[in-house]
Formats: sequence, C-alpha cells, structure tokens
Amino acid sequence: MARTHITAVVNGDETEFLAEDGTSLLNALRDEVGLTGAKEGCGTGDCGACSVMIDEKVTTSCLVFAPEVQGATILTVEGLADSGELHPLQQCFLEGAALQCGICTPGFLIAAKALLDKNPDPTETEIRYALAGNLCRCTGYDKIVRAVQEAAREMRGQ
Amino acid sequence: MAITEENPGYKWVGTRPIRPDGLEKVTGKAQFGADLMLPGMLFGKVVRSPHAHARIVSIDTTAAEAMVGVKAVITGSDFPDLAANGAHASDIDVANNAIAREKVLYEGHVVAAVAATTRDQAEAAAKAVEVTYEILPHVLTVDEAMAEGAPLLHEGMITKGVDPAPEEPSNVASKILHERGDLDQGFGEADVVVEREFTTKPVHQGYIEPHAAVADANSDGRAHIWCSSQGHFQMRAYSATVLGVSPGTLKVTAAEIGGGFGGKTVIYLEPLAVRLSQRAGRPVKLVMDRDEVFRATGPTSGTRIRVKMGVSQDGKITAAEVWMAYEAGAYSGSPVGAAGMTAIACYDIPNFVVEGYDVVCNKPRVAAYRAPGAPMAAFAVESVLDDLARDIGMDPIDIRLANAAVEGTQASYGPKFPRIGFVETLEAIKDHPNYTADLGPNQGRGVAAGFWFNAGMMSSATVHINENGTATVVTGSPDIGGSRQSMALMAAEELGIPYESIKAVVADTETVGFNDVTGGSRVTLATGAAVVDACRLIVEDLRARAAKTWDVEVDQVEWVDGQAQHVDGSQPPLSLSDLAAKSGRTGGPISANASLNSRGVGAGFSTQLCDVEVDPETGVTRVVRYLTAQDAGRAISPDYVEGQMQGGVVQGIGWALNEEYIHDQDGVMENPSFLDYRIPVASDLPMIDCAIVEVPNPAHPYGVRGVGEVGIVPPMAAVGNAINDAIDVRMTDLPMSPVRILEALTEQSD
Repeated sequence: MARTHITAVVNGDETEFLAEDGTSLLNALRDEVGLTGAKEGCGTGDCGACSVMIDEKVTTSCLVFAPEVQGATILTVEGLADSGELHPLQQCFLEGAALQCGICTPGFLIAAKALLDKNPDPTETEIRYALAGNLCRCTGYDKIVRAVQEAAREMRGQ
Repeated sequence: MAITEENPGYKWVGTRPIRPDGLEKVTGKAQFGADLMLPGMLFGKVVRSPHAHARIVSIDTTAAEAMVGVKAVITGSDFPDLAANGAHASDIDVANNAIAREKVLYEGHVVAAVAATTRDQAEAAAKAVEVTYEILPHVLTVDEAMAEGAPLLHEGMITKGVDPAPEEPSNVASKILHERGDLDQGFGEADVVVEREFTTKPVHQGYIEPHAAVADANSDGRAHIWCSSQGHFQMRAYSATVLGVSPGTLKVTAAEIGGGFGGKTVIYLEPLAVRLSQRAGRPVKLVMDRDEVFRATGPTSGTRIRVKMGVSQDGKITAAEVWMAYEAGAYSGSPVGAAGMTAIACYDIPNFVVEGYDVVCNKPRVAAYRAPGAPMAAFAVESVLDDLARDIGMDPIDIRLANAAVEGTQASYGPKFPRIGFVETLEAIKDHPNYTADLGPNQGRGVAAGFWFNAGMMSSATVHINENGTATVVTGSPDIGGSRQSMALMAAEELGIPYESIKAVVADTETVGFNDVTGGSRVTLATGAAVVDACRLIVEDLRARAAKTWDVEVDQVEWVDGQAQHVDGSQPPLSLSDLAAKSGRTGGPISANASLNSRGVGAGFSTQLCDVEVDPETGVTRVVRYLTAQDAGRAISPDYVEGQMQGGVVQGIGWALNEEYIHDQDGVMENPSFLDYRIPVASDLPMIDCAIVEVPNPAHPYGVRGVGEVGIVPPMAAVGNAINDAIDVRMTDLPMSPVRILEALTEQSD
C-alpha cells in the first residue's frame, strides 16, 4: 500500500514521516518517528496510555490516523522536559512516588499538563475528572492526584 | 503512620528518596515490553480459537504462507509433544496452554501464529489460517462443570485428594481439606449461627501493559528473548520446556514491566516468538491486543463459597464450616489451595472444616492475582463475621480482636504463628479518626480483615564497588513497583554510603544468579536479604583490606558510616572511596555475590475500613472514605509500601463494585475491553488513607514481611459490609453492581 508523507511539529521539531492511511498516530510515532513514550494499553481509546497533545488538546493517539496530523503540533512525553530540565509535573511525580510500574505515567503526565494549561488551580475533584480517561492499575490514583496538586501549586509559584 | 516499635535509627531505610528508575519512567525513555525495535524485525500475530471447547480437525496454513510479506507460520505441531515424551503433567499443561494441540479449551486459546514484515500483513495472514473445528459442549462455571454428566475438558482427570480415588473422571482436579476439633460441638456451643452462600466472578489483573515479547533466534539453536514478565528466569524455564531445549540456550532480558499483579508469572508469547524467529531467521515481535489479554490471559477464579459460622454471646467464634469451589479455567491449578489455607487464618477457631475444590472449565486458565485465592474466601468469611457481630451487638473490630490470631496461635493451616501484627492493624483502625467520622444519609461503614502468607523463595544478588566507591547492586527480580529503591536503600544502610551513590539494576538471565519470580510479596524480603548478604560480604572484605593496609588484625577494624575505623582510633579512617581507589593493591576488584532460598517469611495482615454512599435510586455505590492498615514488618520504602496498600485496595474496590467476566451462552467473552470491563478510574475514588503498621519480622535483617498482596484481601468484604450498614442489605454476589443493588433493594421492599 502506498504510504502518505506527513509533516508535523513533534516536540518542537519539524518532523517528516511516512505512514499508511490506516496507521494510527500512536503506531506512527512509535514505529516511524521512534518515540515509544506513548504506550498502547488498549487500542480503543479507553486507557489513555497513548495520550499526546495535538494542537494543545489531549488526545488518545491510538484513535487518530497518522495522516490526520499533517501540519499539526504534537507533544509527547518525550517533549515535556525542557532541555533536560524536568517539567514540574515530572518532578512532582518523581518526588511524590506517583508511579509504580510506570506504563501509564506518560499518558497521565500529558493529561495532567493539558489540565493545568487550562486550569492552573484545579480542585481535587477537577483533577480526578480530568484524569478519568487515564487508567492506572497500580497506584489507586492517590499519589497521582497529590502529585498533580503539588505541581499545580509549584507552577502557580506557591 | 502507626509504628509499633521504635525506628532503630536507620539512616536510609524508611526514607522517601526518588526511585532509581524514576527519571526514565517520567521522560518516556523506559523500555517496556513492546518498545524494543530490532533491525529486520518482523511483526507476529497469534491465531486464536473462536470456540470455548472444540477439537481441532485440521489447520491449513498454505494460504497464509503464500501471502505477501509472510515469513513464518507455526501451529502446535511445530512444538514437541510433551505428553508423548512423558513430561510432567504440569509442563504438558503449560505447553498446551501456550499453543493447543488437539483440543481448544477456551475462546482465545492459541492455535497458530504468523510472522510478517508489517503489522497489517501479519494480521491479514492470521485471518487466512484456516482452522476446522469440531465444536464440543462446554462448561463455564463450577456449577456446570461439577454437574452430573457434565462434558469433560480432560478425559483422564481423576480428582486428587479423595480417598479412595474416584473411578470416573470429572472436571474436579483436586479436593483440599483442613479440619480441627468437633464441628457439631462447636456449633452446639454457639449462641448465634449464620450461614450464607456467596459467588464471585472471574476478574482480570488488569495491568495496563499488554503482554509483549521479542525473540531473536540464532541458527545454532540459541535465542535471545526480551519480554515483560514478573520473572525472566521463569520465562526462560517455561520457554525451554515448551520449545524442548536446554534453558541455557535461551537468554532472557527483562523489559520494564507495565504491571502484572501475578498475571505475568506465566508464559504466553515467548516460545511462539522464538519458534517464529527460528522459522523466519529474523527477530520477531509479538504483542497482544487488549481483547487478547482479556480473552486469553489471567484472570483469577470465579467461585462459589458457602460459610457457616457460630459465635457465643461474648463474641468468641466457636465453629466455622467453609465449602468452596474455584474455577481453574482450562487446566487444573486454581488458587483454592491457598484459599483454603487463608480463609479463616486471621482467627483462632477451635472447631472448623474447610473443604475446597479445584474445578476446570472452558475459560482461560487462571493465573495468579495478588494473594491468589484469598480475597474471595475473605469476602465470604468476613461478611458472615460482620453479620454475627451485628446479631450479638458487638463492635466489628472488637469481635475480630476477641478472636484474632497472635504469636503462638496454631494457624488454621497448620504451623504456629511467630510474631505477627494482626492485632496492631485492628487497633490502628480503631484509633484512627475515620473510625468515628460522621456518616451522612445513605452512607455506611464496613470493616474487614485479611491474611496472606507472603513468600520467600530463591534470589541472588551481586554487589560491585566501583572505582570511586559508589556501588552497583544487581538482582534478577523485575521491578514492578519500586523494588530497585528498596534494594538501594538497604544497600546504602549496609554499606554506609549515600543512597544516591548506589545504582540498583535488574540484570538478564546470563548476568546474575537465579531469581524466582517477582511475586508472593517476596522481592523486598528475599531479594532484599540477598542484597544485604552481599553487602555484608563486601563490608567483611573492606574490613580485611583496611586491616591489611594498617597491618592489624581484622577484628581491630570496624565499619562505621561508610568507612573503616580502627577500634582505638589509632589510624585515620579509610572511606569506601579510599579503599576502592586502592583495591588493586589490596586484592583486586571489590565484588560479592549472595544467593539464598528464603529465610523465614513473615505473614502479612491487613484490616480495612470503608465508608460508602449508596444511591437508592440508581443502585450506584460510591466509596467516600477508605482507610487501610497493614503490617509491613518494616517499611523499607514507605512511599512504595503505601503504593502497594493503595493499589491493592483500589483493585479490590473494582472487584467489589464493577469488575466481572461476562460470557455469552457459547462461552465467548462479551466484555473484552476496558470500556466494558470497567476498572476504577480516578473520579470513582477518594484518597486512600494508609496506616503502615510495623511489627518487624524476626526472620529478616530489617524486619521486612512483604506488602504486595494482602491489601487486596479485605476490600470486597469491607465494601459489602459498608453497603449492608448503609442500606441493610447483605450482598452475597460479586460484583455489587448497581443492577444487583437495585435488585436487592427491590427484594427487600417486597
């Protein structure tokens, strides 16, 4: 099958890659671009492990066809740190032990960033609903919610 | 945090630094099972049975083999026939579960596998494999499987544990029995007797990472496997068995593991990937889809359990009778044995009979799931105990205190308990403000307790001192929830150097000695003990080197705070970095290995307190407050001890309220997705409050007991007891879903 040439800004870099029309963005990112931070937990948009931001909206990349992101701006977990300096969410996840196995962590970080970009001072309930599309089977979410609360505080300069 | 003994002044043990592998996991660098790409790698796809029970008449692979990009197609006949070779029955089951030979025993059972140059080609080829089946009648539950004249999965299965042995085969693989005292006398002494019957459905471990394996086989018979598992030595052993090769020909590298909870202690893909790679002459990657994970891996047993218990008016349990049947899925090996041993192990009961049956049925073979077998039994026993406490008007903690197993109690499964911390977990709950917090309308409060043995088993560790005095701690225990941190903390404590100076790694099967699986809550206990042993060998070596340097006897040298000191202070201290820098002059590199077979496991207990709110209009139950108290022995890494406690509780809440396998009448799973098999999400839950109890295990150098499993034992009963408190309805069937709650409320009002 002929493959489509796609150009998108991925983690700040103009990136070109090829993908078949039916290839998911997730598989294109993982297999073609070499970014394996986003994970496939379900392939049906139910677990959030493949979450990336497309034009500043959090999206399950398993449900997007790769050619749909032509010209888009994509952020994956690999682009969250700035020149090696961790994003406050990454730092707070580490310090707050908000991960156990770590497979869901990239998706949670992206979903949490999308929340804090729009709502810098969310309530616990708002955090829980913003993260409700991301499944974690290890932590029971307690330390994840606390880490997002802490990161929000830090990002507000408190 | 409740601490029952004073912290003996540890510098590192019990602290909360950042985990050694954390950075990779928050930046997307960590390599999980499906992340590896090799040059020339092919993509594989497994062909699975659409039928619950069928004879394989023929498999035609010609069309698939002829397709573009297809490099290999394999079936059961590509593997040795272990039954014909006289192999052990359990090995035959492992092999037949990995790929069916004559019969498929559940929907999702593997019948073939393909490898092709792209994912799409592999998927198309898998669809082109033509399998002809003769469909057989199936049984899906213990009730169906144990019924008179039920279709048999295994025609030669004679129930074990029955004397005399039955003459006719059945679907009952084995019977277990524990008894003590005189049941009639015990019930005769009771003032109140409650008897109830409970059912639970199969539930899946629900790890977010699907199974994945990459194999790269050489033409000389050797192969390298990368896989996500709870034990790469175990994967090597199983793969060697199924492939019919020596374990030493296989090298297995542990990828980071994206959750397991017991479900990644068994093989599915690894031998298939090796055989495909051998046939194709190229590396092959096999990754399951989520629906394959549901249909063909895990789950834990569905059960039917009857419990009858009696108490005297002062709250003493006088007798207990437990009957339980556990689904094993397609091959024998349900966790009914552990269920029988744990069911009443929290309590000192003079008269009891616990009887259990391991029953095969046409569902995926069950795999271990966090304290395997114990949670269902606890759901039944702890629900009945709650009823008994209500009937005699006793506080639910007090009735448990009145019967609690303590040091010296003869456990229901045999041995006498050494020092245990069950009473302390009960007291931690009672002392917590949650115990007396106000409840609102439609809210209720429930208590339940649980026991799990914890495992020991075999572990190895190697510690290397680097030339600048930092250390590398090498083990072969996959890190599923932060165990690298506990290894590094114990090593820092032993060596007296900063935690940050230690790198803890998980090595492949050729780089470190044998390690049993990461399971049974055993890694911090047993692998941790091996790390401690290796560090102590290092310290002995360092003392000898200092003695040599100073030309004194070794008993004149002490190791204090990471440096060798002369007992009378007559020499300037030698730090670890001093000794490391001069190691070439004092005997060469500083390194030590330790291997052991567990030295004394420490039993784990958990008591939990749950507050729920039940909506009488919708039947929806919402957990509004939750507290878990667990005896960790010693919390080496409190962050990750809490994580295990919280995670176990939330899995239990899912099991209690939502999760279940649903099969249609043909034995086809109807909900193999996270949409329809709904595990708890963040918005379903409150914070999970933790009380870590520390009653040190006398058999471990730091008092560790193991914390991974027991936390999932009490939640179903805790939730059920809270629901009962809220709406005065005793729920006896899991899950306690809205529809079941509404049915129960309707029955109550009728």
